[in-house]
Amino acid sequence: MGMSDNKKRNITRLIMIAVSTLFVAVMLVMPLFMVIINALRKGISFYLKAISTPTVISAFKVTLIATVITLIVNTFFGITASILLTRYSFRGKHILQTLLDIPFSISPVIAGLSFIMLFGRMGWAAPALNAINEMLGLNIRIVFAIPGVVLATIFVTFPFVSREIIPVLNAVGSDEEEAASLMGADIFTIFRKITFPHMKWALFYGMVLTTARALGEFGAVNALSKTRGETFTLPLEIDALYLSGSADSIVAAFAVSSVLVLCTIVILILRCIVEGKSKMNASDRDKTGKLSEGIGYVP
Amino acid sequence: MYLEMKHITKSFGDFSVSRDVNFSVEKGELAALLGPSGCGKTTILRMIAGIEHPDSGDILIGGKRVNDIPASERRIGFVFQNYALFRYMTVYDNIAFGLQVRKIPHSAVRARVNELIALTGLDGLEKRYPNELSGGQKQRVAFARAIAPEPDLLLLDEPFTAIDAKIRKELRQWLRDMIHRVGITSIFVTHDQNEAVEVADRIIVTNKGSVEQEGGASDIYRLPRTAFVSEFIGEPVIVEDFGRLKGFEKGNYERAIIRPEFVEAFKSDNEHFRDMLPFSQNGIIRDITFKGNAYELHLSVNGTELICHRSPERRAIYVGEEMNVIVYRLFAIKGNQAMLMQNKNFMEKDPDGINLEKYLYAEGGYYVE
Repeated sequence: MGMSDNKKRNITRLIMIAVSTLFVAVMLVMPLFMVIINALRKGISFYLKAISTPTVISAFKVTLIATVITLIVNTFFGITASILLTRYSFRGKHILQTLLDIPFSISPVIAGLSFIMLFGRMGWAAPALNAINEMLGLNIRIVFAIPGVVLATIFVTFPFVSREIIPVLNAVGSDEEEAASLMGADIFTIFRKITFPHMKWALFYGMVLTTARALGEFGAVNALSKTRGETFTLPLEIDALYLSGSADSIVAAFAVSSVLVLCTIVILILRCIVEGKSKMNASDRDKTGKLSEGIGYVP
Repeated sequence: MYLEMKHITKSFGDFSVSRDVNFSVEKGELAALLGPSGCGKTTILRMIAGIEHPDSGDILIGGKRVNDIPASERRIGFVFQNYALFRYMTVYDNIAFGLQVRKIPHSAVRARVNELIALTGLDGLEKRYPNELSGGQKQRVAFARAIAPEPDLLLLDEPFTAIDAKIRKELRQWLRDMIHRVGITSIFVTHDQNEAVEVADRIIVTNKGSVEQEGGASDIYRLPRTAFVSEFIGEPVIVEDFGRLKGFEKGNYERAIIRPEFVEAFKSDNEHFRDMLPFSQNGIIRDITFKGNAYELHLSVNGTELICHRSPERRAIYVGEEMNVIVYRLFAIKGNQAMLMQNKNFMEKDPDGINLEKYLYAEGGYYVE
């Protein structure tokens, strides 16, 4: 007699659990663990000194500026794009929808380089930029300056918010908005009282993902940022520390990395809470609306 | 005429959804727009509401052309197919919404909402969210929300489809009573003829984007004027060669529609039908289905299949039994025209009119061919 189906199923399950646990442990948990161990190898005082050098502090600031501006711009843009794509029909809608996904399909380095081509000294937009600078007596530079870092970060995190909101808006449909508009509500009231409550948790989730990605972006920023201590973000600073090669600087690189890892863990926890909330919310207030499962793309 | 639709046409791309639609509804009437799925009845409703716009034709409400008046200013209440209740608002806030956006003072809003909650029997549910309500309660909220701003016209899009069959009947009655009590002119869309006949004062039957027939609910049921209406309403059985039935001549008609209530089947020793025996012909019972309050009999009569109902209070019958069958009347179809045809033998061979008196409809409502 062979094994019962039930038993077979149980064994299959056990094997699958073992494989995925092992994989997660080796590929994800161990490396992060190694970061913490290495960061603390030369003691707490070295650790504190390593994360407070002028270049690291500057990198903190640049990262913070880039992340905050990116978050604001992409949140605003994401909400607008989602409503446009789910509530209006117009010519070229599908093209716009496809274009939105470009940051997912293009290598960040290429994104960075394309900004150089556009805004650099020989770039297409350079004459316009020069004209503006001359007219207003300014000296705005984009490439190899903080605006470039911000632009690159915005570019790579562009679709996160709309990607989260669109499925939710599609699932709830526009009936409620139509009903409200028929009763004479203006679009701001409709957004505030009907659309926003529906998308609230998806939006927050999208914002969390945007933040996580913005903090960790390397490739695109690397192409546009060349001055350590001025335009370097944390990932670039870590890279610079590590490449400088002395035993001390390698430990320092791990120390700074551990700060980013900490940020990531905080974001992961936030993410868990939001996911729980939005699921609860979904079952609580909305039995038909399907919760988006996210895009499975976490840096 | 309170609402008038004059020569309305509408198409989505190449697909024509309304072709010269004309009908009207009187003030205070409860009208049904009845038609099969996809015949454009919801589009008509949405055009009245101002959510869609006709390509040509006039929509008049209270004698005034409203084509160019925006939806929110037409003074219309709309009950959506799935109610479209605001999921993130309580019952109270749902009903209050239409008043609040009109900047009505707080105290007046509260008074009106409380009045509606009492009227629709939603007391105690004010703080609930839509997902905490039963189907029937949701419909009540949707109704209260729609009439809160005291609209002149109430439109309901398939108001009963989202509800379990069990309580649907109860809610039909409730909605009918409620609309008559409030006295608001109302139009509802349905594909269910029973629903239309039961709830509406007036029925507008639509098919493929045009109006087939409009009239009182009982007129539409008793006297369909077109082939479509006679096949859509009631329980129609289509009989091609109805000249095989005793008392009818096919003439140049194409086919006939025979409803179960037009057919009588009795046993040959039935005293009650003794006078009618000569007008009957033999029919074999092919099948019997128990329907609770009646049996449905499938009969084979001179090569044609007929259906009739039989009370369970009458004598027992069995499959294969030979019965005496009389068809009192039928709808004869020519082109898209339907004509009521009475059994000829009753008209000619019954000079005293005893059987006519007994078994034919009163002549008033019918034209006898």
